[in-house]
Amino acid sequence: MKGYASLVKPYILWMSLFIVVPMLLIVLYAFTEHGNALMAFRFTLGNFMRFFDPVFIKVLFKSLEVAIITTILCIIIGYPIAYVISNASERAQTLLILLITLPMWINMLVRTYAWISILSDGGILNSIFQFFGLAPIKMMYTDFAVMLGMVYNFLPFMIISIYTVLAKLDRALIHASHDLGANPLQTFLRVVLPLSMPGVISGITLVFLPAVSTFVIPKFLGGGQYMLIGNLIENQFITVGEWNFGSAISLIMAVIIMGSMILTRKIDRDASDTTSVEGGKLW
Amino acid sequence: MVGLKKHNFTKFFILFGVMSFFYLPILSLMIFSFNDSRSLTSWSGFSLQWYQALFENREMMTAITTTITIALISTFVATVMGTLAAIGISKSRRLIKELVLSVNSFPILNPEIVTAIGLMLLYSSLNVEKGFMTMLLAHIIFSTPYVILSVLPRLRRLDPDIAEAALDLGATPLQALWKVIVPMITPGIISGALIAFTMSFDDFVISYFVSGNGVKNISILVYTMSKRINPTINALSTILVVIITIVLLVVNLYPYITKKEMKEAE
Repeated sequence: MKGYASLVKPYILWMSLFIVVPMLLIVLYAFTEHGNALMAFRFTLGNFMRFFDPVFIKVLFKSLEVAIITTILCIIIGYPIAYVISNASERAQTLLILLITLPMWINMLVRTYAWISILSDGGILNSIFQFFGLAPIKMMYTDFAVMLGMVYNFLPFMIISIYTVLAKLDRALIHASHDLGANPLQTFLRVVLPLSMPGVISGITLVFLPAVSTFVIPKFLGGGQYMLIGNLIENQFITVGEWNFGSAISLIMAVIIMGSMILTRKIDRDASDTTSVEGGKLW
Repeated sequence: MVGLKKHNFTKFFILFGVMSFFYLPILSLMIFSFNDSRSLTSWSGFSLQWYQALFENREMMTAITTTITIALISTFVATVMGTLAAIGISKSRRLIKELVLSVNSFPILNPEIVTAIGLMLLYSSLNVEKGFMTMLLAHIIFSTPYVILSVLPRLRRLDPDIAEAALDLGATPLQALWKVIVPMITPGIISGALIAFTMSFDDFVISYFVSGNGVKNISILVYTMSKRINPTINALSTILVVIITIVLLVVNLYPYITKKEMKEAE
């Protein structure tokens, strides 16, 4: 049986070459000066210093702001939906979850692109406004359009991850809470909500990560001038050709994302340490 | 009882709202694929001209072929390699297991764009010309970790004595692997393969950074076409939506139908 352990060796080699080396290359490029000679590196912190320009810092904060607002909107919209689905009959649950996941199978670019014809100046929404005698609203190329595109693309992840936890929730706890005299609101706030936090936390990571690094949605719905950190990285590699600076930005972004993931998980763990009395910790 | 009715109305309202949010854009996309004019917003009559244009468009047909070819090959390679690696991991010592799994989770936890530029830098330092092969290799690289994560839980539940018994009864390790272990972890392998296929089929970010000028998959084509929007994309998307819907309906409703048939047979 132990013989099978050697099956891991080829994969270790594969991983080293195709996962570890690329990561090291990003670090290497981020800390070196631009140059074509592969073996003549000159170390520098210049790429990082360059990022601390107000222009780039503004892009970073804008990306974080958009990603955080998107994540919050996904929680506010996604939670009630997940709650309603988890309370439906078993057959309805299967159907509803299928309906929620079906759009995710359609190419993300195509789904985002579909919004252009709805939001554009002469688009479907504005035609509806016009029909009711309302003045047309400029929606394309605004923060609104970008966040709408992000919520549209990432909301299913939030719904699914909250639903998964809610569906597994022990109904006896809710009955017990009712029997002990809590009203529905109290039951929700003090029993259901705390127990469903792991779902919310995993939803946050599933939404925040792609939201902070996407460059397609801002490009399609925010226009060519709309800059988020993903667009900045794309520009450095595809348009400008400043690979060293681009690598430094990617490294900064990766560190911020990893940091916020660890922080979110830690908050979750601390919170569940204090609330999960029924989890058996006391005994 | 009035309270209950009001409650049901809220439920209905929430579900109706979210479903229209999800499906209206897709619906509008599909409707305008049949539009007689180039416009994506004003309807001027029914026509199939964009479907005809789609099938006559060489660039688009090539992109579709490229996408499907890469998805099929990368799924096959990633599934085989991921399954073997997962078996190896499950039998390894704890330290190796944890080390491999944490490196393995890098492409999953990292933003796609970081994985993409890492591979781009790798190809350029090795002086490999970007094209079909670099895209294929990239797809194998990013989908294998998902196969491993999907096969491992099955292996954990596997009783080690069974493979041991096969070896004691004279099976070679290869026979025990193929005839005993693999059949017992098949559900994990299938779900891993499905994830790999959809990841590859839908991928944009990584393909965009690692493919050269000549090679395009559907996503890259949509991205480069977005500046000169025309309803052939709508036509292509409509076909994809219909195929995906049929496949998903069959996969999801199949258990219900067979169950019903079995009941009727009884």
